[in-house]
Amino acid sequence: MADYLPHTDEEVASMLAFLGLSSTDELFATVPEALRLAGGLDLPSGRPEPDVLAHLEDLAAANEGRADRLVCFAGAGAYDHEVPPAVRALAGRSEFVTAYTPYQPEVAQGVLQAVFEFQTMVARLAGLPVANASLYDGASALVEAVNLGAAASGNPTVWVSAGVHPHWRAVLRTFAAGTGHRLVEVPLADGRTAWPDAVGAGGRAPGVLVAGYPNYLGCLEDLAAVRRLADAHGALVVVAADPVAAGLLRSAGDWGADVVVGEGQAFGTALSFGGPYLGLFACTLEQVRRLPGRLVGETVDLEGRRAYVTTLRAREQDIRREKATSNVCTNQTLMAVAAAIQLGWLGTSGLAEVALRCARGTHYLRESLQGSAGVRPLTGSTAVVRELAVRTEVPARTVVERMAGEGFLAGVALSDLVGDGGDGSVPAADAEHGLLVAVTERRTRDEIDRYVAALEKAARR
Amino acid sequence: MSEGAMGDQAMGDQAMGEEAFTTAAAPGGRAASAPLLGHEAEPTLFELSRPGRASWQLRTTGVPEWPAEELVPAEHRRTEPVALAEVSERDLVAHFTRLSHRQYSVDLGAYPLGSCTMKYNPKVCDTVAALPGLALTHPATPASLAQGWLALLVELEEALCEITGMAAATLQPAAGAAGELTGLLLMRAYHAARGEDRRRVIIPDSAHGTNPASVTLGGYEVTTVPSDERGCVDMAALREVLGPDVAGIMLTNPNTLGLFEEDIQAIAAAVHEVGGLLYYDGANLNAILGVVRPGDMGFDIVHMNLHKTFATPHGGGGPGAGPVAVAEHLVELLPGPRPVRLPDGGGRQSSRQGDEPRPLVDGDRRGPGEGHYSGDHRSLDEVDMRVDAGVGPSQALPAGTVPHPAGTRPAYGWVVPARSIGRVHSWHGNALVLARALTYIEVHGADGLRRVAERAVLNANWLRVRLRPTFDVPFDRPCMHEVVLAAATLRRRDGVRALDVAKRLLEEGFHAPTVYFPLIVDEALMIEPTETESPQTLEALAQAFERIVADASAPGGAERAAAAPRTTPVRRVDEARAARTLVPTFDARP
Ligand SMILES: Cc1ncc(COP(=O)(O)O)c(C=O)c1O
Repeated sequence: MADYLPHTDEEVASMLAFLGLSSTDELFATVPEALRLAGGLDLPSGRPEPDVLAHLEDLAAANEGRADRLVCFAGAGAYDHEVPPAVRALAGRSEFVTAYTPYQPEVAQGVLQAVFEFQTMVARLAGLPVANASLYDGASALVEAVNLGAAASGNPTVWVSAGVHPHWRAVLRTFAAGTGHRLVEVPLADGRTAWPDAVGAGGRAPGVLVAGYPNYLGCLEDLAAVRRLADAHGALVVVAADPVAAGLLRSAGDWGADVVVGEGQAFGTALSFGGPYLGLFACTLEQVRRLPGRLVGETVDLEGRRAYVTTLRAREQDIRREKATSNVCTNQTLMAVAAAIQLGWLGTSGLAEVALRCARGTHYLRESLQGSAGVRPLTGSTAVVRELAVRTEVPARTVVERMAGEGFLAGVALSDLVGDGGDGSVPAADAEHGLLVAVTERRTRDEIDRYVAALEKAARR
Repeated sequence: MSEGAMGDQAMGDQAMGEEAFTTAAAPGGRAASAPLLGHEAEPTLFELSRPGRASWQLRTTGVPEWPAEELVPAEHRRTEPVALAEVSERDLVAHFTRLSHRQYSVDLGAYPLGSCTMKYNPKVCDTVAALPGLALTHPATPASLAQGWLALLVELEEALCEITGMAAATLQPAAGAAGELTGLLLMRAYHAARGEDRRRVIIPDSAHGTNPASVTLGGYEVTTVPSDERGCVDMAALREVLGPDVAGIMLTNPNTLGLFEEDIQAIAAAVHEVGGLLYYDGANLNAILGVVRPGDMGFDIVHMNLHKTFATPHGGGGPGAGPVAVAEHLVELLPGPRPVRLPDGGGRQSSRQGDEPRPLVDGDRRGPGEGHYSGDHRSLDEVDMRVDAGVGPSQALPAGTVPHPAGTRPAYGWVVPARSIGRVHSWHGNALVLARALTYIEVHGADGLRRVAERAVLNANWLRVRLRPTFDVPFDRPCMHEVVLAAATLRRRDGVRALDVAKRLLEEGFHAPTVYFPLIVDEALMIEPTETESPQTLEALAQAFERIVADASAPGGAERAAAAPRTTPVRRVDEARAARTLVPTFDARP
């Protein structure tokens, strides 16, 4: 059977002879005898592609909850948006797929220019002048933003709104064990961050403030207040912004954010069970020398032709080593290229339209649920753009299970995000009964009507 | 085999190598025929834009068309739309297709970029990653409705543990560097749990830049240990820097010189002796698949770069995946939630350690929302009680509430390890990359993976010996999957640098090797041919290098080299100007 190795037996023998060896085992002579694996790996032997593909198809088929079987009302940072054939075809081009980091710019102008265009689009979405070439995901972009903020302010105390995605906050906590940043979680009151007016007794003034826009419950935060608070303490403002909602909302940069981060999956990347996704990162020019990861800049070649290259490389790990601004090397370039293509496909009017349709669908769902017995909005007055938290009579996990039987992925149970005990964003009782529902531009009126009818039943005892 | 055996006696056989591989067939990996069209710059999408033009088409929804004014409060509402390009779908497709023609890739030709393992990426993995059942699953889908994904992740974890000789793994880290930082935080948590505050992590001077950068982010200080004249960790120097404040050592083995650290057992013993842990940077795991395992060498923590060893495509710079596998004593610290086989669930039982549900002893350490088994939607504590009491899951599980394949109980669920360091990814890691890696592993199997390592090492050594007359070989002894050559003599003699050699190679129809890394080699040319290049391609590559070196010493050679490349879409790029006059977006153009 063929595999992906080109050598014929004769060629192997000839190459070994060229090296003065008589067997492939001798290639590993520098590996101490005692360490060598006797008997080989305890794995099945290789199988032909069609057999393996059949196995993977079986596994794929066992995912009953997939978005082509259940109508997807789940969001929480991962959305069922349109990914058109043109974007799939272009982002799947093997020149983009099978290249690596553009270390040789002369033969990497394709990726470099696509990333330059991506950076331009992300910067415009964020309302800031610089964006990097991508980070792993929304959570890692947030971690990097906080690292930048603490370094820039010289103050490692970070006030994080509980309205930031619970998983992102969890990742922030994990990495704070290494950086030593002091994370202070600022709770929500009825869906919006209750920023303290003053540093409490024994508390420490913040060097970084982090807010969501909209926050993960879909509510709009008062970013002007965040900026004022930051200015009072000499702190930087980091905003975790929904880049799709940015099609409808004032940009976070316009509100005064120093760093804007986000999850870019919505632009051209399928749900993918959570990855690979796309960490978006934009900041002010003032902070560009602290920017994490790769940055593409425009320049010229020897003949004065326009050309692109990774730049300000002295920030990066391969040059600055332990003093680098970040450890990131491999990033999510392919997702960035896909996002550039998707945003090119949407264009000015399309992005605005997608955002508006999300808001309309969310509004329609909210209206339709008015007065239903088992479901009510989790938060009160604040505006809802794209995601909506509701309180169900029975625990939300039960609702999700029941709704699966009706053909819907009903949403994400808040207890799956914040734990049964709740957190600063929702109290325990709301955590258990809270359901986060997302409506993208792909949800039709008929789907929403059927969803509401099913939910009214499923939510009741 | 003595060291001399590999190559020395065969020096005179060089002609045989050529004869064997040039006359038989043309090289499959030489891309000099690539029709890179024209020499004009491609306009940006913004320049192709024309107001009013559009590509987008969205579903008919029937949702009432309220205006934005009725939906968003005025102070939050954007007054002008975000300005993006306005292009037709036809122009969009042409633009990105033309960009793709200005891009070298593995699919185009050989990509001997050292340390990056640019092997062929099997297309079957693309098919797998596009399967709707995988690509269209939401990451928050209840475990009972995502059993295929959980099974896939568990199978991959088990395979990776067998390959590395470790007890359990987290699949969350999105790339090698993310795995490094995860590993260092595991190290930190391990020492902290023992009440120890250790400050330093040792890395060799040949280490990749992500290692020291990760050490800093992990809250440690870097102590650098020099390499000896053989290119390996200097044991005497290592013993000098070891002490009770050392948290651990990070090693790449084979190291970044492509050499196997033969003293690894002594290193492991010395580091363990002072209570430190051994971290394995798996960037070079390709060389030792099925031959020797990090766990057997004494490593406690191992990251893998699935985008290298397991052939997941590099995506122009990413995505990758950097799972971290650990020895038994670190399993309870792993990030969570982890996919596991449920005790007595419908799935095959695992013999691997570390996947039994464990009690959450330290509520503070776990991330919120992670203290439950989402397979059956009850708290982990309940599950543990059940396990402890020996109550069968059939009694304990709520009957009939969860639909899944055969009407059986879910076989897989999520669990948070007892003293987890927490989450390191928004969701479960780069899942579709993980699916590709499992596919690759299953196609190869135990026998195929071993063959991968053999051919990778064979190719690298063949090139080492073949190019010995052409370049310096700073550490001329049997290498593993890559060889570090140097252009130091060439530079001294002809004024042609490693960078020039790299650019000249582009003119020859090949991607360049890695240059100037590792830092300890002057004018380094780090060549990793990988196992998927044929001997004909290697021979063509060697001849290209020979022509480059011969041309360097001909009259005007240095100038010609400095002017390379001339055949590429752009010529040498002005990097200094890019940094001096920063233009990071279209809007920043002067
Ligand atoms: C030796 C070595 N270590 C670590 C890394 C970092 O891996 P990644 O780029 O996946 O973050 C690399 C890769 O570039 C490497 O070559």
